[in-house]
Amino acid sequence: MKKKVLAVVLGSMMAMSLAACGSSGDAAATSAGASTAETAEATSTPADANVASVAEAISDAEAGPINKGDTITIGFSQVGHESDWRTASTNSVKAAFSKENGFDLQFVDCDNDSEKQLESVRNFIQQQVDYIIIDPIVSTGWDTVLTEAQDAEIPVIVIDRTIDDSDKYVAWIGTETKNEGLAAGAWLKEYAKAKGIDELNILVISGTTGSSAQIGRTTGFDQYVESEKWNKLDEQTGDFTQDGGQKVMESYCKSYEGQFNVVVCQNDNEAFGAIDAMKAAGVSYGVDGDVIVISFDACKAGQQMVMDGDINADFQCNPLQGPDCAKIVADLAAGKDVQKQTFMAEPWYAHDDTVKQVSYKNAAGKDVTEDMIVVTQDIVDAGY
Amino acid sequence: MKETWSKLRKQPLFMPILMLILVLLINLFKDPGFFSIAVKNGVLYGRLIDVLNRGSEIAILAVGQTLVIAVSAGTDISVGSVMALAASGGCMVLAGYGNTSVTGIVAPIAVGVIVGLLFGLGSGCINGLMVSKLKIQPMVATLIFFTAARAIGLLLCNNQIIYIRYEPYKYLGNFLPHVPIPTPILVTILIIIIAQLVLKRTSLEMYIQSVGINNRASRICGINSDMICFICYAICGLCAGAAGMIASSRIYSADSNNIGLNYEMYSILAVALGGNSLAGGKFNMAGSIVGAYTIQAIMTTLLALGVSTDQSPVFMAILVILIVVIQSPVFKKWMEERRVRRAEAGKEAA
Repeated sequence: MKKKVLAVVLGSMMAMSLAACGSSGDAAATSAGASTAETAEATSTPADANVASVAEAISDAEAGPINKGDTITIGFSQVGHESDWRTASTNSVKAAFSKENGFDLQFVDCDNDSEKQLESVRNFIQQQVDYIIIDPIVSTGWDTVLTEAQDAEIPVIVIDRTIDDSDKYVAWIGTETKNEGLAAGAWLKEYAKAKGIDELNILVISGTTGSSAQIGRTTGFDQYVESEKWNKLDEQTGDFTQDGGQKVMESYCKSYEGQFNVVVCQNDNEAFGAIDAMKAAGVSYGVDGDVIVISFDACKAGQQMVMDGDINADFQCNPLQGPDCAKIVADLAAGKDVQKQTFMAEPWYAHDDTVKQVSYKNAAGKDVTEDMIVVTQDIVDAGY
Repeated sequence: MKETWSKLRKQPLFMPILMLILVLLINLFKDPGFFSIAVKNGVLYGRLIDVLNRGSEIAILAVGQTLVIAVSAGTDISVGSVMALAASGGCMVLAGYGNTSVTGIVAPIAVGVIVGLLFGLGSGCINGLMVSKLKIQPMVATLIFFTAARAIGLLLCNNQIIYIRYEPYKYLGNFLPHVPIPTPILVTILIIIIAQLVLKRTSLEMYIQSVGINNRASRICGINSDMICFICYAICGLCAGAAGMIASSRIYSADSNNIGLNYEMYSILAVALGGNSLAGGKFNMAGSIVGAYTIQAIMTTLLALGVSTDQSPVFMAILVILIVVIQSPVFKKWMEERRVRRAEAGKEAA
């Protein structure tokens, strides 16, 4: 049944594309014919880059129902694997586009090298993959390569981080990091009220400067710092790494000895490092300690530490873009329109129910009230 | 008095140590608490301890880098990446391939550490073969591992960060139970002592210097220069392996992307700050080690001053330029001439 529907859809797309080719000129139509023939012979020769790619994309897709072994190829250019979060994101996309699901996923780990990432995307275009998924390392410098992808008629899906200087992608899936910062601020306000803490002296270990997660979390949280007149002592970057968090906290413990009662780490890895440093300095932290620890990401190990009471609250940045990506690819394949922006659902976790709900005005300007989820073993087991 | 001063100034270690002291003195203006050392939770605690502790990796790398620079007038730029490779290899053995987070280990810690060291040694041997036998320029030869070692590390770790949440694994990078001194400091001292014993007791130091000064002449004198060169690269790799295991134990994980990032540059800089010539030949190991702690002192100072981590490379660059200029022969000559002129002017006035 599914195959029939797919065949009809693809057939109609084929017809449309042929019509388009016809109107655009003879050359395109001929090449469309040629590449269809190639695919029909089930050769895997990559088509000439000059070949009109509408036809190519369609013929590739069309080959699906004809040659049962043929699959949809997807190029995925990932930032790197600097944290558990990134690994979870990678695994989620890999699982969604597995061989069993009928996909051929070409995965490139760019090791945080934006040159390498551009190159990998160009490679995907040359290989004429059917879809490209990018988690952009930097938000600018994308227009040229995305234009190339557009010229090659390969839809580009952007996940997690954003692209600012080009809109030549079909969809973006990710999280609104500013909401995470706002939720953290709202939680801290309520928590301090419930615990009767009047004065908040806050140290921030931020993420890699300029990354959208750092900007969003900082701006969101800073709104509360300003409106509540909290005292933010310092903010230095730990580059989202455990070693970075540990080094910065080691220094904080000496510079602000006994002067701080809140530490905000912009990801779990930094929080692990910061907690190690506080342990070494003899600072008591967490639910039973003097210092409130707030973290973001809420990976499995992070949730475990929330449950153990080492971290007071953890604001998850949902890394599981895979299912949403798969849905968009399915919609695109079916010729449906897709939303340009998809925000994924994000849960907030806390050790206990001191604060049951947080209310804040979100980044889109809407007043929202969201539950704080108390971490249990089940949640940790299901974590990433 | 004046005589002792000028004798002191002629010491090869005078300048590097003076620079280290000057860097530390910057902190007097902002926070004299920088120099306080206390015992907290039964362990030493203070920023000076941080400098010694955090500087361990650079100091260990500097030991190997000094030999490589002396023998081949070239640098081993792969040490940072090899650190990551060694960490990944060691952690992979401890956690078992494919596991990302373990609370127990499948092999004894000693085995993991030895495997890590062997990865370092192996990389060093390959570098050494390429430089000594195949006569490839050192920078090009080590460039191969500079780019490849992290990737190999990723393959070993199945493209993920391996966590070993097992208390004894943290000992190497943190504290041994009931020992107040951070383990990395102890390891560094041990490595320096071993290096000194090997260099002095086996006349390896003399051989390295003679090969570095004139490779052909040394060979004619009967020194196996290729072998000496190979040994230096192998030692450098081994040092990188040791530094990698310490860095990994600090964060009880193998983070192939970030362990040892930029450390090849720090190690080369340490050798230069120690007053050694990058053109090879004679070397002063103690100078390199002082240089290594100078670099760490700059980094710790910038953190203590609250310079944001993004701007700190700029300040670091300024300080390094100043130190290098002050130590340069041209500047020294200029100072000397100024002193002489002053003395003459003084005589005329009298």
